[in-house]
Amino acid sequence: MCLAVPGRVLDIEERDGTRMATVDFGGVVKEVCLEYLPDLQVGEYAIVHVGFALQRLDEESARRTLELFAELGLLQEEFGDPWETAAEAAGSEPVEEVRNQ
Amino acid sequence: MKYIDEFQDPELARRLLDDIHATVTRPWALMEVCGGQTHSIIRHGIDQLLPDNIELIHGPGCPVCVTPLEVIDKALEIASRPEVIFCSFGDMLRVPGTGRDLFQVRGEGGDVRVVYSPLDALRIAQQHPDREVVFFGIGFETTAPPNAMTVHQARKLGIPNFSMLVSHVRVPPAIEAIMSSPSCRVQGFLAAGHVCSVMGMGEYPELAERFRVPIVVTGFEPLDILEGVRRTVRQLERGEHTVDNAYARAVRAEGNLAARAMLEDVFEVTDRAWRGIGVIPQSGWRLASKYRAYDAEHRFSVEGIRTQEPAECRSGEVLQGLLKPHECEAFGTLCTPRTPLGATMVSSEGACAAYYLYRRLDMPATKAQEATPVV
Repeated sequence: MCLAVPGRVLDIEERDGTRMATVDFGGVVKEVCLEYLPDLQVGEYAIVHVGFALQRLDEESARRTLELFAELGLLQEEFGDPWETAAEAAGSEPVEEVRNQ
Repeated sequence: MKYIDEFQDPELARRLLDDIHATVTRPWALMEVCGGQTHSIIRHGIDQLLPDNIELIHGPGCPVCVTPLEVIDKALEIASRPEVIFCSFGDMLRVPGTGRDLFQVRGEGGDVRVVYSPLDALRIAQQHPDREVVFFGIGFETTAPPNAMTVHQARKLGIPNFSMLVSHVRVPPAIEAIMSSPSCRVQGFLAAGHVCSVMGMGEYPELAERFRVPIVVTGFEPLDILEGVRRTVRQLERGEHTVDNAYARAVRAEGNLAARAMLEDVFEVTDRAWRGIGVIPQSGWRLASKYRAYDAEHRFSVEGIRTQEPAECRSGEVLQGLLKPHECEAFGTLCTPRTPLGATMVSSEGACAAYYLYRRLDMPATKAQEATPVV
């Protein structure tokens, strides 16, 4: 929940009057809101938490953190299928997730 | 990963540890506030690499763990309604309420969906104007600004079928409550880095001064934690108690001003109950009155739900650093990640889950055999 993952901005667009970006987290790409870091530019890195960029980060720190997270399986924990995780923990079959979001 | 060779930069880890070992002359008890740091500490065996007379006490900074049982019950009640699409972060799915959890509600036909971002829940509300979409807004100061922005957007875009069940908590009042307890043993704090990346460091000098404790803003990676410990111990050995920033690459003194302004607009400070601990004054946020229309508790009339915490779960003592997870008699037997008594055994940031997954201290062999970890 409090895990915040460094990601690199691939592109930026306005949507519904909100500054949004496509961000790459070591191969996983997500939509991220930039309203709290409005001057973040394409190619820069930021710490992202639950889909929001919260603080700029230098490239070297970001790369090192991403490497470590990938090694520890934390990226899978953050971006993997939560239903599968919950089902495994509960010792039951996964429930099919609604995909039409 | 309990060997220093496995650290990302073993040479730096060794230098930090050598410095800590050379500095310490007597026992010190430090609290890492954040559950993410607790997991990192146990996973990497950091507490075992530190000198024996440095004790790390695990704090209450796991938002899933401190969400009161009655808030979970309110979520279960709302999520069970046929007109509702209930959206949550994944780590709330298996937190036990009274008799069941969101995962079971889903199995019983409730429309429960996991989202990565609260904005995803808002998008679902736009796509399903005929349904009520409710987002479960829990978390500390790191998660509160994204949730605040989402409510703000719902109002700005005029999305009437979106609401939020809010149970946000704040770190500084929790530190104050911990330090005010007569049984408190904490002599220094590792403050949660990402909370400070939002809020800055302005709330901490007063606490450091009043309770005469060093507070060192610390990151989550093993080397960050070692550096946080090193700086805290240095202060303690010198008799100092200041606020220091050992996570400068991500934390500015003022935090994120845009996020703080949004928190100010959308939320108001309120007393908040913490699971297993009780009410801590001024320790939470609720929606400000101008956003009341987006308050799910009000919209679904669940304010009246009151639930007693189960007596057999001692997570409250764990969350206050009064008990180590493996010292609880239910640990690893009655209480496992598969059959959790409390949220500290469920959450990816809970101290009990960390001990169960990475280390089974002081468990009799028979217990250890019965307890098969689910990783």
